[in-house]
Amino acid sequence: MGILEAIILSVISASTPLLLAASGELVVERSGVLNLGVEGMMIMGAACGFAGAWLTGSVIVGALCGIAAGAAMSAVFALLTLGLAVNQVATGLALTILGTGLSGLIGASFVGERIVPAPHLYLPLLTDLPLLGRILFGQDSFVYFSIALIIAIWLFLYRTRAGLVLRAIGDNHASAHALGYPVLKVRWLAVLFGGGCAGLAGAFMPLAYTPFFIPGMTAGRGWIALALVVFASWRPARLVGGAYLFGAVTIMQLHTQALGLGIPPQLMSSLPYLACVIVLVIISRTRGTAGSAAPASLGSVFVPDR
Amino acid sequence: MKRLCLAAAAALFALATSSLGASAAEKLKVGFIYLGPVGDFGWTYQHEVARQNLVKALGDQIETTYLENVNEGPDAERSIEQLARTGHKLIFTTSFGYMEPTVKVAKRFPKLFFEHATGYKRLDNLATYSGRFYEGRYIQGQIAAKMSKTGVIGYIVSFPIPEVISGINATMLGAQSINPNIKFKIIWVNTWFDPGKEADAAKALVDQGADVLMQHTDSPAAMQIAAQRGILAFGQDSDMIKFGPKSQLTAIIDNWAPYYIDRTKAVLNGTWKSGDVWGGLKSKLVVMAPYTNMPDDVKKMAMETEAAITNGTLHPFKCPVVAQDGKTVECKGGTHLSDEQILGMNFYVRGIDDKIPGQ
Repeated sequence: MGILEAIILSVISASTPLLLAASGELVVERSGVLNLGVEGMMIMGAACGFAGAWLTGSVIVGALCGIAAGAAMSAVFALLTLGLAVNQVATGLALTILGTGLSGLIGASFVGERIVPAPHLYLPLLTDLPLLGRILFGQDSFVYFSIALIIAIWLFLYRTRAGLVLRAIGDNHASAHALGYPVLKVRWLAVLFGGGCAGLAGAFMPLAYTPFFIPGMTAGRGWIALALVVFASWRPARLVGGAYLFGAVTIMQLHTQALGLGIPPQLMSSLPYLACVIVLVIISRTRGTAGSAAPASLGSVFVPDR
Repeated sequence: MKRLCLAAAAALFALATSSLGASAAEKLKVGFIYLGPVGDFGWTYQHEVARQNLVKALGDQIETTYLENVNEGPDAERSIEQLARTGHKLIFTTSFGYMEPTVKVAKRFPKLFFEHATGYKRLDNLATYSGRFYEGRYIQGQIAAKMSKTGVIGYIVSFPIPEVISGINATMLGAQSINPNIKFKIIWVNTWFDPGKEADAAKALVDQGADVLMQHTDSPAAMQIAAQRGILAFGQDSDMIKFGPKSQLTAIIDNWAPYYIDRTKAVLNGTWKSGDVWGGLKSKLVVMAPYTNMPDDVKKMAMETEAAITNGTLHPFKCPVVAQDGKTVECKGGTHLSDEQILGMNFYVRGIDDKIPGQ
């Protein structure tokens, strides 16, 4: 295995949880809801995903448990912020705190246990192709799913009527409501979808990345996913670029250290954040279709008048 | 985002401590501050195991409390103070980064007893304790040099503090005693605990030719990568053989229980005094996991080295120690470097091809 191939393989697995979690959050935010609880939903997905896989011996059951756990957490969030119109920022933070604690409780009896990780695809001939074989045809199903998911989200947002309604609600919930669109129902679905994605992203950690469960193992990736949505200016294509850029810089930083090139590791660690600032400046200076697609109603509470 | 994280941590802390209020009047309350989650299977886990043993030994006379996931820095000071204010008479703070916060709180509560792990600042009511982990590292260095076919050892490290640097140096000196041309590839991950990142670092090291992995981070992720890739590795803090049954050569196990029991008894008897305990293989504060996955001659060598360090005939930092720049380090401990030199170590020995971050 060549070093370049090895690096690309590591980049893909490092980027996948970020992409999965950020994809869900992108849809949530396009509907006008800011859910800061991604980290909490992810770690719950990790704990329940591992528990499911360990108890049944099936990675697929584990992944489904992760999705269910993330969605259940997001239902709590939706109940509070959409049902009772509680402040979204505070509720999101509380969700992260709740998830961190609850996942530790659920996962406590599974610490130190091991499972067989998600299998990697193997297609005779294709997977054996030099250089690109394993990169294109030798990934686990989470990776393929994450790519399919973001394409589906793009198609949904920009090529379907439902996607248009969701974006309209995110941009101006009062007008959308006046036109008769079910603002709260759409947001409920978006939040549940986002929770499921975050749960799946969390489940990826113990099911494919490092096949064991340890409390706190998502280690802040939920926060990075949140930042990536802003970095991507709420656009699916840029989200893929952002997630992979972040993964690439992280892995490259490890490799440059091992090569002993003498580049300070602190400088390399700060590169993704520098890139983030630069991109945000460029976006804010750009008008029209290339600029930010920030939903105008993002984070504001909607109480329908009767 | 960082600010949000901090806010979340602060709120979490408030939740965690609000349940501490109730007290049983006559029992001695002993508090512990942990850096990671108790289930990290590494550093914090070993402190938690020791706390449980303490409860087993003296459970009828004491009551214990722990706070986990306490960040080093301002959060730590609040957490320590919280324990101090809720009737804990003896408080163990179990990470290097808690040094300044512990000193500050200890000054404010002169009647309470504080114990800080791996630090060097002491007061009349603040003692320090640590393990001579470098003794175990020296043995691991020898084993690594014997077992490596490529002559390249991969080493995953957290932060450039003296304990970590003396560990790298001791490993290198041990390895050089077997193979003078041994090479280390070192990756600083800037975290004690991030299984994903530790695994990525382990993969990067293996991809670049390392065939034995060492770590000074807290999760078993690197051991698991070693197991996946069919190479060898050393466990850290606790026995990680479960995660790499065919990979683990040995592990340095932190055995804090005897110390915790001793010190708690001292408070109960009223004989507690400030001081510094730096226990190693001899006092069994550092214990080696069984030597596995190696041929008998290597195992024999490892056991002989362990015996020699235990009975004092071998010191990992025996003079002369030559620094990375080729200059011989001043020998302040007679035949070996002094404890102060090891505790404050901020240089690499000759043969390490890396730069300490921030220097």
